[in-house]
Amino acid sequence: MKNIFAVAGVVIKELYRRKDFYVLFIVTVLICLVMASVNVFNDAKVARYLKEICLLLVWMSSLVIAVTTTARQIPAEKENRTLLPLLAKPISRPELIFGKFFGCWFACGLTLLVFYVFFGMLSATKEHEWPLLDYLQAAVMHWFLLGIIVAMSLLGSLVFAAPSSNSTICFVIIGGILFVGRHLDQVAASMHEPLRTVVNTLYYIVPHMEFYDLRDLIIHNWPVLEWKYILLALLYAAAYMLVFLTGACLVFRRKAVN
Amino acid sequence: MNSPRTSCLLLIALLVFCFGVGAALSPQYQFMHLTVNGKGWTTQPDRQSHRLDISRAGGDIFNVVLGDSRRMFAQSFYVKADAYYHSGYYPSMFDNKEAFQTQHMAEDTGAVNSKNHGDEESFLGPERNWIDSFGRHFYPTRHTHLDEGGASGDLSGSEKVGEILPWLKLSADLNPDNPQTYTVTAFWLRERMHKTAEAEAFLHEGLRNNPDSYDILFELGRLYYESYHDTTRARNVWEAAVQKWFAIGDPEVMKENKIVFEQITTHLAQLEEDAGNLPRAIYWLQAAQKVSITAGDLQKRIDEIQAKISAQK
Repeated sequence: MKNIFAVAGVVIKELYRRKDFYVLFIVTVLICLVMASVNVFNDAKVARYLKEICLLLVWMSSLVIAVTTTARQIPAEKENRTLLPLLAKPISRPELIFGKFFGCWFACGLTLLVFYVFFGMLSATKEHEWPLLDYLQAAVMHWFLLGIIVAMSLLGSLVFAAPSSNSTICFVIIGGILFVGRHLDQVAASMHEPLRTVVNTLYYIVPHMEFYDLRDLIIHNWPVLEWKYILLALLYAAAYMLVFLTGACLVFRRKAVN
Repeated sequence: MNSPRTSCLLLIALLVFCFGVGAALSPQYQFMHLTVNGKGWTTQPDRQSHRLDISRAGGDIFNVVLGDSRRMFAQSFYVKADAYYHSGYYPSMFDNKEAFQTQHMAEDTGAVNSKNHGDEESFLGPERNWIDSFGRHFYPTRHTHLDEGGASGDLSGSEKVGEILPWLKLSADLNPDNPQTYTVTAFWLRERMHKTAEAEAFLHEGLRNNPDSYDILFELGRLYYESYHDTTRARNVWEAAVQKWFAIGDPEVMKENKIVFEQITTHLAQLEEDAGNLPRAIYWLQAAQKVSITAGDLQKRIDEIQAKISAQK
């Protein structure tokens, strides 16, 4: 565990030395402040459009940070020729994979914390209330979704040749699942065999990332979700993280590092 | 490789050239007219050609960036406003949309012909499998309207309906030629948010963009009559709306919009009845009868007014 957290610590330090997060955060803040200054028929209480825009930017920024940070981890180690010395020390390959994973995931957690605090403050200025439990549920679900994405990108970084191709493929998969994942079975129903079985199988095996998107509930002030459903969703996410990380360990075990 | 100085100079030269071309073309655009078939431009207009609105053609950022696709975006923002009206409970392209053909926020204004049928409570249908069943916990699955309290069900918070307004405003900015955006916005501004001045200003803006719109005139008349209690202006505006409706000419369009005509004439009848012009009230009710599906109810009202006239004699 010590080795894993040592590697993770380095990844977190790398994130706050890079400019990606700062740029995305400042852009998010600027866009939201401009949108907040829009006069909607002289009504200062109208807030939901602003919440929607802010959450959309938070989601986009977090996805970009998660995928791009993870995708370059192992290729960068290879390129800098630091991978071999790292593995020559008493760090096993699975430890490196898990270290990179936890580093990226915790780093995403830190960025999410900053983004959600800003979101909460922005929404409080308009709505004059702070539903902390709702925001906590949304942030935790979002963080676990990023866990799946980080694990998936890490596996991708070992399978695909370059970080750019890995990032592109990850974005396509994530976008696809978020937009049509919930309806894949309906799409399959309108198809002929054998495509129907293929799409139906896909529906059951892909991680349903749309579970973790609580934006509609937050924007429209729906009541807090029951914690048992949140807990089940987190377990579902943990299972997929484990599947992707196991896959990454298996691929990395046979991979040449020089 | 060019030096940065050369690049900057080239950019400035390009900017000066673009500005020059723009300045040269601008006066010509002011004299351009859309041809009768709407497919081309002419600088020699006849009676039926339409003048190019220079403010919309050149100065509007949406028009410059989006072109004609702004209408598509306008429609999607209009639908977005209806999704907000339902606090996010809204069918996607994969769901059964029969009960959402006409936006409920427009339907509830009472001046729109509804095409909705089917069960609006359960467009999601029965749970299909465990993933669908589990997933339903994480998005809105209950039918609510913002003017009836929305997701919280708190009826005292009906002014929350104002949350739909940013999207309606954006939709009107993107497509100023859709009268329904103005009437729906004005209705909610006036009815639930008690912002009559803003509603009136928005309707006037709509009227400037759609001078032949009977829908906007009808809503403006309601505002004058119900909010300002200005009988004379309401009568003038509604009578102008009736004239605009008869000016449509196309029987198909008239048939589709007969609900608006019925609303205008029944409101005119009510206004005349309140003002004591009972024969005039009967005249408008008889006009409404010609398009109404509840002609029997209107006849009852006519009989009541006739009884009043007889009693006065």
